[in-house]
Amino acid sequence: MSLEVRLRHRLGDFALEADFSVPRGGVTALFGNSGSGKSTTLKAIAGLIRPDEATIRLGGTGIEGVPPHRRRIGLMFQDSRLFPHLSVRQNLVYGAKRAAEGVDGGLLDHIVGMLGIGSLLDRRPRGLSGGEAQRVALGRTLMTKPRALLLDEPMASLDQPRKEEILPYLQRLPEEADIPILYVSHVLDEVSRLADRMVVLDRGKVAAEGDIVDVLSRLDLFPLTGRFEAGALIDGAIQVHDPTTALSAVAFDGGMIWVPALDAPEGSPVRLRIRARDVLLATRTPDALQADLSANSLLSGTVTGMRADEKGPFLEVQVTCGGTKILSRITRRSAQRLGLAEGSPVTAVVKTATVDRRLASVR
Amino acid sequence: MLSDFFSGFPSPAEWEALTLSFKISGVGVLAALPLALVTGYGLARWRFPGKALVEAVVHLPLILPPVVMGYLLLISFGTKAPIGGWLLETFGFRFVFSWTGAALAVAVLSFPFQVRAIRLAVEGIDPALEEAAAILGAGALDRFLTLILPLAIPGILAGAVTAFTAGLGEFGAIITFVSNIPGETRTLPLAIYSVLQSPGGELAAARLALLSITLALLGLVLAEALGRRAQRRLGL
Repeated sequence: MSLEVRLRHRLGDFALEADFSVPRGGVTALFGNSGSGKSTTLKAIAGLIRPDEATIRLGGTGIEGVPPHRRRIGLMFQDSRLFPHLSVRQNLVYGAKRAAEGVDGGLLDHIVGMLGIGSLLDRRPRGLSGGEAQRVALGRTLMTKPRALLLDEPMASLDQPRKEEILPYLQRLPEEADIPILYVSHVLDEVSRLADRMVVLDRGKVAAEGDIVDVLSRLDLFPLTGRFEAGALIDGAIQVHDPTTALSAVAFDGGMIWVPALDAPEGSPVRLRIRARDVLLATRTPDALQADLSANSLLSGTVTGMRADEKGPFLEVQVTCGGTKILSRITRRSAQRLGLAEGSPVTAVVKTATVDRRLASVR
Repeated sequence: MLSDFFSGFPSPAEWEALTLSFKISGVGVLAALPLALVTGYGLARWRFPGKALVEAVVHLPLILPPVVMGYLLLISFGTKAPIGGWLLETFGFRFVFSWTGAALAVAVLSFPFQVRAIRLAVEGIDPALEEAAAILGAGALDRFLTLILPLAIPGILAGAVTAFTAGLGEFGAIITFVSNIPGETRTLPLAIYSVLQSPGGELAAARLALLSITLALLGLVLAEALGRRAQRRLGL
C-alpha cells in the first residue's frame, strides 16, 4: 500500500505541480525551502485544503474526494496542537474514540510505554515541555491507526536537546507502523537521519525523487539542498571500536572512515553524513599521504563529476570510491592547480573532527 | 429612616415585577442562545458574501431606538401582521399582550450582546486546533460540540449574563410591543414607570430603581468574572 500524490494548485503567482509517491516501509522526506510548497502539499494530502486538481491514491483507492475527518491520514504538526481543555489521556484517545474500532487499550499501553509518557497522563497540556507535548501529539496520531502518516516539521519548534529527545521515537516509526510515512523538513541533518527516500520540492515542482543516498550525491541539487550544509550520505557498519583513542571505524563499500566513538555494538549499521565542505582532495595516493597527514580517513577514488558556480569561488566535485559517491567542495583555484578533471584519480580526505554526533547515526 | 425605606421589602407588587423580569429575560436569552451560537461562530470563522450586512443587522438593536424595535415587532408579530397572524391561525399562539412577547423583545434586543461575546470567545480559539480535530476524525458538529463549545463556554456564559442583565432593564420595546400589563408584562422598568405616573410614587420608584441598579451591578460583576475564567481556560 503506497500513497500516490498528484497535485495542481495555484495561489496567486505560486503554482504547485507536484507528482510523487510515498511507499510504505521506511520514511520519505519531502524536502524544500520555505515557499517551495511543502505545507500546501501536506494540507492537500490531509484534505485541509482543496487543490484545483488532485489525484491522491492510498492503497490504490482515490481519496481526494473524502473529507479530512474520514481520510484516516495521521498528521503531526510543528506545534503539538493538543487540546488545552483535555487531559493528556483524553488527548491521546480523542482520535481513536472516533475510529470504527474504538480505543485499543493494548495499543494505548504500548504507545504510552514506547513514548515514555505514562507519568503525564492526568496532566493538562499547558504544563508540558515542548518535547513532552510533541511526544503526546505523536502518540495521539498513532492511536488512530492511520493508513498513512504525515509529519510536518515535527521538530521545528524544539531546541537541540529536545530534538535529540524526540528523534529516537521518530526513527522507530517505520517498525511501529508499516504505512507510508512522509516527513516534511528543510533541515538536512534531520532528513539524513530519518529518511530512506527523498522528494525535493523546488518552487512548487518536484526537482528530484528517489533513494536519499542517491539524491544527496547529485551535483545538480546543491542550490536546493543548501551549499553550506550539502553533503553525501554513506551507509556503512561499525567495523571496530578503538577504546584507547575513543574512535570507531565505519566501513563501507569504498573504504573506511574513523568517527568519534559510537555507542552501538560492532557490526551495527551506521549512516554518515559527510558534508562537502569537510572533504579535502589530494592527487597523491592514500599510502603516500598517510604518514604526513593528521587526518585519519583517506579514501581513494575517481572524479566522476564536477560542477562550478559561474561566478563564485567554489566548485563541487563528486568522487566515486568503490560503490559510494562522496561530494567535496573545493575552490576553482585548487581544481586548476591540481589539474582535476573527470576521470582523475584522487584521494578524498575526511577529518574525524568534522563528523560530530549529529552526522553519524546508528540505524 | 433607612429601615423605613426598606420596610416591607419586597412588596407583592415588587416581587411580582422582579420574578416576571427574571422569567422574561431568562426565557428571552435562552431562546436566542442557539441562533446566537451559530451567528457568533459564523461571524468568527466563516467568510461569506454579505457578512458585513449580517453584522450590521445583528447590531441594529443596539443602535435603533427600542421603541422602533417594539414597533417592528408589532408589525411583524401582531395578530394581524404576517408572522403573528400565521402563528395565531396555525397554533392559536400570540405574542402580543403576553409575557412571551416581552421575552421575544428581550431575545431580539439582547441578541447583539450574546453574539458579540460568543464571537470573541470563538475568535480566541486557535483554528489550528479545529484542523487537528478534523484530522483526528471529528466532523464539523463533533468539533463544535467537543472543542469549540467547551473552550468557549465561559465566554458564552459571560455573554448570556450580560444579555440577561440588559434584558431585565428593557423598557421601550416591551411597552410598545406588549403593553404594560401587571403580572403579565410589567417588568421592573415598567413598574418604575407606572409608580411614577401616580402621585406620591417617588419612594416606591426609588426602591425599584435601587433594586434595578443592584441587579445590573451583580450581573456585570458575574459576567466579568466569567470572562476572566474564559481567558484562563484558553491559557491566555
